[in-house]
Amino acid sequence: MSSRTPNQKAWWLVLPVVLLVAFNAVIPLMAVVNYSVQETFGNNEFFFEGVRWFEQVMQSSRFREALTRQMFFTAVVLVIQVPLGVAIALAMPRRGIGVSICLVLMAMPLLIPYNVVGAMWNIFALPDIGLMGRGLNTLGFDFNYTRQPTAAWITLVAMDVWHWTSLVVLLAYAGLSAIPDAYYQAAQIDGASRWAIFRHIQLPKLKHVLLIAVLLRFMDSFMIYTEAVVLTGGGPGNATTLLSIDLVKIALGQFDLGPGAAMSLVYFLIILLLSWLFYAVMTKGEER
Amino acid sequence: MATIRFEGLHHSYRPAPRDDADADWALRGLDLEWGDGGAFALLGPSGCGKTTLLNLISGLLKPTRGRVLFGDDDVTRLEPGERNIAQVFQFPVVYDTMTVFDNLAFPLRNRGVGESEVARRVGEIAAMLDLEPTLGERASGLTADGKQKISLGRGLVRSDVAAILFDEPLTVIDPHLKWRLRSKLKELHQRVGRTMIYVTHDQTEALTFAEQVVVMLDGQIVQSGTPVELFERPHHTFVGHFIGSPGMNLLPCEVDSAGAARFAGVAVPTASRGAGSIRGKRLELGVRPEFVRFSETGIPVRVERCSDIGRYRIVDLAHGEHKIKMLAAEGVAVPSESGHVTFERHRTQLYADGWIVE
Repeated sequence: MSSRTPNQKAWWLVLPVVLLVAFNAVIPLMAVVNYSVQETFGNNEFFFEGVRWFEQVMQSSRFREALTRQMFFTAVVLVIQVPLGVAIALAMPRRGIGVSICLVLMAMPLLIPYNVVGAMWNIFALPDIGLMGRGLNTLGFDFNYTRQPTAAWITLVAMDVWHWTSLVVLLAYAGLSAIPDAYYQAAQIDGASRWAIFRHIQLPKLKHVLLIAVLLRFMDSFMIYTEAVVLTGGGPGNATTLLSIDLVKIALGQFDLGPGAAMSLVYFLIILLLSWLFYAVMTKGEER
Repeated sequence: MATIRFEGLHHSYRPAPRDDADADWALRGLDLEWGDGGAFALLGPSGCGKTTLLNLISGLLKPTRGRVLFGDDDVTRLEPGERNIAQVFQFPVVYDTMTVFDNLAFPLRNRGVGESEVARRVGEIAAMLDLEPTLGERASGLTADGKQKISLGRGLVRSDVAAILFDEPLTVIDPHLKWRLRSKLKELHQRVGRTMIYVTHDQTEALTFAEQVVVMLDGQIVQSGTPVELFERPHHTFVGHFIGSPGMNLLPCEVDSAGAARFAGVAVPTASRGAGSIRGKRLELGVRPEFVRFSETGIPVRVERCSDIGRYRIVDLAHGEHKIKMLAAEGVAVPSESGHVTFERHRTQLYADGWIVE
């Protein structure tokens, strides 16, 4: 063994990343943790409160209702968008000019700023001047999303489906394109039906991109804020007040820093836990 | 089961191929008949059209022109599932989520075969392929050669299959398993007696597997024959060069007024007799390194190098700028600097523009 003097200067090379992570993630998160255990009455004076805000959040029916709405929204969105996205990807052309046209069309909703999406649908669904709202009323439906919770929910879900299904489509299309021709050729020779090809070749090969699609759509839909606020503002009443909307009302509207911080942390842990669950369930049995 | 026949088979991947442009065509007019139950190989360099031909047989492609016949049935327009063929691809294709058993049963179940019959056939084929211990396992967990056996098994399991096509099936198999799988194929061919057609660019694979080898170049058949015929009497300089290791020596030559070939001013007796239509063509002498001998008189050569490859030595000779390779057996004295060589007459051919002069 040769005795060398270790050169400790290399630690400086890590500094940029440490700073980035610190200011980007650790310090803000610790600030939230800090707020979540304290009470303030202004003047920059803080009093330690322990876990009181957490107890309050967990026991509040307001939080539980928002959480229920959030879960419902995410579940509906996933159930519609994932199968729909796969179906559209399957129907898209494999070669020729149609591929580019479809890809551009599909990418379009993803490129529109969130608040613009909200504003578009806000106007689109208005019962007096919006194409959709006016159209539905002309057809004899009583549709007014500013007053009816059901109508508000339908508009909200329709907007999210319009905005985000393309993401699933693009991921699934990429996954489908990666399947070598030999699989389809072998299936043809084996006399497989269209359904058998989907069930035994395409679906298994899509498994990994679908896992990513489900995770992304779960996290994004669970954190949805901008479009929903612009569209319904959480109303009518609290009918579409999702977790993030409620959080903003508490933290910034009422300026309850402690409860807001505690709620943020619970919100964060729920997303972490559910993401892990999705991942664990979908990759189960893969490693041996 | 039936013979496989091609009549005037043309194929182009272009929408509007021009008749006079060879580059537009992947296959340019194939006529060939393969007997029932034989082992055939399609051999040629990448891009020569061998995979295209295979896909025309299986129906994955439809020919631009010409017909494919199984026995007396014209199958040219039939879909792959309607033809009695199976195909093993370059990369093993298995249905990942299914067990090995379900993989093997898949083609039968798709055709509505009853479960008891399925179990019987799958059991039989699994035994033949040594897949029995893994029948209950997921197919995705198998090694590459195991997966390739499944691909093969899905072909063998169908009793209606007239021919099994192999598209370079050993490409992704480890070298030591290649040899085993190749012997397995040979053994299976003898046991099941199905027609097997094997596409490869590896001459060893082709020559060891097949009873008849079809050598292709630029969308055409250059020669079809037994391995011995291809070795002893290549119809085209490409065959001479492509088959054999090292390949055939090709030397530019002239034909004198008496009709004898001359290289370097020395008359070289050949097996070619007729010298009818060689006027104005590029003439070459072809002789395999196996049939070059040292002698007292003949073509003067320099000895450049001598490499020992076991039972033989490869001797690199040169006459002027022309290189000649020869195989010298053990005990043959190799001159240290220069000497003379002659070629064995019956194994020396004259080629005009690449094609043999009979």
